[in-house]
Amino acid sequence: MDFLLPLILKRTGFAFLTLFTISLLIFVGLEALPGDTAQAILGQGATEENLAALRKEMKLDLPVHTRYVSWLKDISHGDLGNSLSNGRPVSEMIGWRFQNTLLLAFSAAMVSIPLAIILGLVCALYQNSWLDRILSTSTLSAISFPEFFVAYILILVFVVQFEMFPSVALLKPGMGMMEIVNVLVLPCLTLTLVVLAHMMRMTRATIIGVLSSPYIEMAQLKGVRKHKIILYHALPNALGPIINVVVMDLAWLVVGVVVVEVVFVYPGLGQLLVDSVSKRDIPVVQTSGLIFACTYIFLNLTADVLSIISNPRLRHPK
Amino acid sequence: MCVMEDNKSGLTRRQFMAGTIAAGVAASIPGQGLFKNAWGSTPKRGGAMKLGLAGGSTTDSLDPATFSEVFDQMSTMGLYRNPFLELNRSGELEPELVTEWSPEPGAKVWNFKLRKGVEFHNGKTMDADDAIFSINHHRGDDNKSQIASVVKPIKEIIKTGKFEFKIILEEPSADFPYILSSTRMPCVPNGTTNFEDGMGTGGYILKEWEPGVRAYGERNPNYFKEDRAYFDSVEIITMIDDTARTTAIKTGQVDIINRPDRKTARLLGRMKGIQIIDTPGGLTYTFPMRMDQKPYDNVDFRRAVKYSVDRESLVKTILQGYGVPGNDIPVPSYVKYAANAIPQRMYDPDKVKFHLKKSGYQDETVRLHVADMVYNGAVDTAQLWKEHATKAGLKMEVVKEANDGYWAKVWRVKPFCASFWFARPTVDWILSMTYVTGASSNESAWEVPHFDKLVKEARAELNEDKRRAIYFELQRILHDDGSVVIPMIANIVDAASDKIGFNPVAGNVELDGFRACERWWFKS
Repeated sequence: MDFLLPLILKRTGFAFLTLFTISLLIFVGLEALPGDTAQAILGQGATEENLAALRKEMKLDLPVHTRYVSWLKDISHGDLGNSLSNGRPVSEMIGWRFQNTLLLAFSAAMVSIPLAIILGLVCALYQNSWLDRILSTSTLSAISFPEFFVAYILILVFVVQFEMFPSVALLKPGMGMMEIVNVLVLPCLTLTLVVLAHMMRMTRATIIGVLSSPYIEMAQLKGVRKHKIILYHALPNALGPIINVVVMDLAWLVVGVVVVEVVFVYPGLGQLLVDSVSKRDIPVVQTSGLIFACTYIFLNLTADVLSIISNPRLRHPK
Repeated sequence: MCVMEDNKSGLTRRQFMAGTIAAGVAASIPGQGLFKNAWGSTPKRGGAMKLGLAGGSTTDSLDPATFSEVFDQMSTMGLYRNPFLELNRSGELEPELVTEWSPEPGAKVWNFKLRKGVEFHNGKTMDADDAIFSINHHRGDDNKSQIASVVKPIKEIIKTGKFEFKIILEEPSADFPYILSSTRMPCVPNGTTNFEDGMGTGGYILKEWEPGVRAYGERNPNYFKEDRAYFDSVEIITMIDDTARTTAIKTGQVDIINRPDRKTARLLGRMKGIQIIDTPGGLTYTFPMRMDQKPYDNVDFRRAVKYSVDRESLVKTILQGYGVPGNDIPVPSYVKYAANAIPQRMYDPDKVKFHLKKSGYQDETVRLHVADMVYNGAVDTAQLWKEHATKAGLKMEVVKEANDGYWAKVWRVKPFCASFWFARPTVDWILSMTYVTGASSNESAWEVPHFDKLVKEARAELNEDKRRAIYFELQRILHDDGSVVIPMIANIVDAASDKIGFNPVAGNVELDGFRACERWWFKS
């Protein structure tokens, strides 16, 4: 396994290069959009004079490259800077929101990953049975609807009809564990429904693929029972593709849930990013963008490492 | 103009009229929740109120110079801070932090007396230094404030006593004190540099605030108004999604929301325990035609465009009945000196053809630039208008613009586009902001020397009748020759649980003039 460490180091090195490129792209992208923060804040009330004054205060009157270099200098010292629109430190704005985003992603993952894999295995085990068909149809239907629609349906059933859970998933300081769980149920369930089919179908397909291999036939001839074949012989060999799908879904849970955040009034990173882009608040967008990029890079690396570990041929290269 | 005293009891003629108008609106809409709430139920103290608010973002700031959304401005209106004067529901000024105001002869110099014994939340007594600092925050060259141009007429502010100050203007202005009721000019302590703590004199003390998420305040036990700020605590939760707000009020997770979806508001109002609060308002949708660009410099062409829209049908489909047709006059009917006697302009294909022919631009295609961010339904409005215009023989094309940067790249740039205004409290303010030469928000490039002269004349005129006559003439000019089409003026629509009590509601801006937290109460 010694070859893993150099791999990780090499990939981390590349990661920094990627992050640098991404930060440059975000900066150029925001500059290319029409309008700037001063204009976004003053809106209809903008005049030549107050625009100029606000730009000067925000240092937006400096040339683009000067601003980028000074931002780069600050961030290399670990200083994320202050938001242009309300002057708050970016780290303070992002810190707790990122925690919230992670909390939601983590809870959705804790529910959806085991569920998807178990259901995938069940479907593979009872291939083409009515159970398989019902599970496939229902999860595929859930993934076909847009997230906000799934969320509205859940709200209609669990909030309006049965009044079991709140539709406003607002996390406040000083909430107890049970309160947090209560608030998280619906957003978590929405996300689970949205990602479930993807992982489940992949598990099912890979397992079925492996089941047609000669060594499975051998096991069957040996008289091994079907569920044991799937668990001990098929699953380990199907892990690679499953891990990849799981990790991609995890990444989506972290970076792609802004719609669910808005519907449930959940204070996460997504809403912050959307607001900041519309206000051209470059420091905030940069940091959020880099956090999202890091998430992808880190999870991709994790997927690769796990795939290698799960594959004996890669684990022991000749 | 003279010293004003608190006048809390007694119904003025205007209040009575406004009440009757509201009653007329409600009566014409069956199933409306307006009268589930008996007006005048005795206010009661107590309760934790929660408000679901559309119009808030993570970039909100409590610096009065850069207020951008509803939340920021609400904080001024008796929530954490106070403006100097209160605008009551009939559009008249009432004492708030300033108790007395009077002009010296000629209305070029105004004297103000502050209320004594008002304390900021940190215990400091509010005095003239704080007031002058708060006004000066928006003044001076290189000022970043949104209302820098509004306070430009101020030449000098002089402290004349611990609780008195004097404002000297560049030119006489009879309506000047209205500026001190601005939602963007709260009184903050002298020397404030960090505005984000919400320090002020308001009815609630800001305890927790996260922009775009929530704000929580507890009642200020030292509030200078005995009969206001009834709730024990107020929590404002930003809810951008229409459905999220609607569900939250339906299930009792919040007590008040603003901007319920007009399409479903009637159904919401029919639900048990929910009242829709529908108030004739000042939300004016405007479509400026730039007079400095052809063919809009031609008055007949402008008239043709004005006659080409079916206003009634827009009110019915876009506003779902929550509004009135506009008359190309930017002054809503409740504002003092509104020229309500000018006959309503109707959709008239014959007149369109007549004026088109007279203008000589028969083959001209009108390009209407719109984006949905201007208001919910702006693009639909344009599409409907296109139908009306085509039927009347005016060629029209709808150009859908990007939401991003609309105010910078389309508004005041493209010759014909969509815009909106919350009507300012006086005719003078409305006209001098958007219809005089050189005004920063002159969206239609309406630069008419005769008009400018009349606006100035009316501003300095202290005789009521003469002023009324000049303002009538000004509004007539805008109606006949003006360069802005105003097809509709929307009502203000809010929704509340029927546990919430209130007096007749102000319609200038949403949530009772942004003052729901201060003016409303729990009935039991």
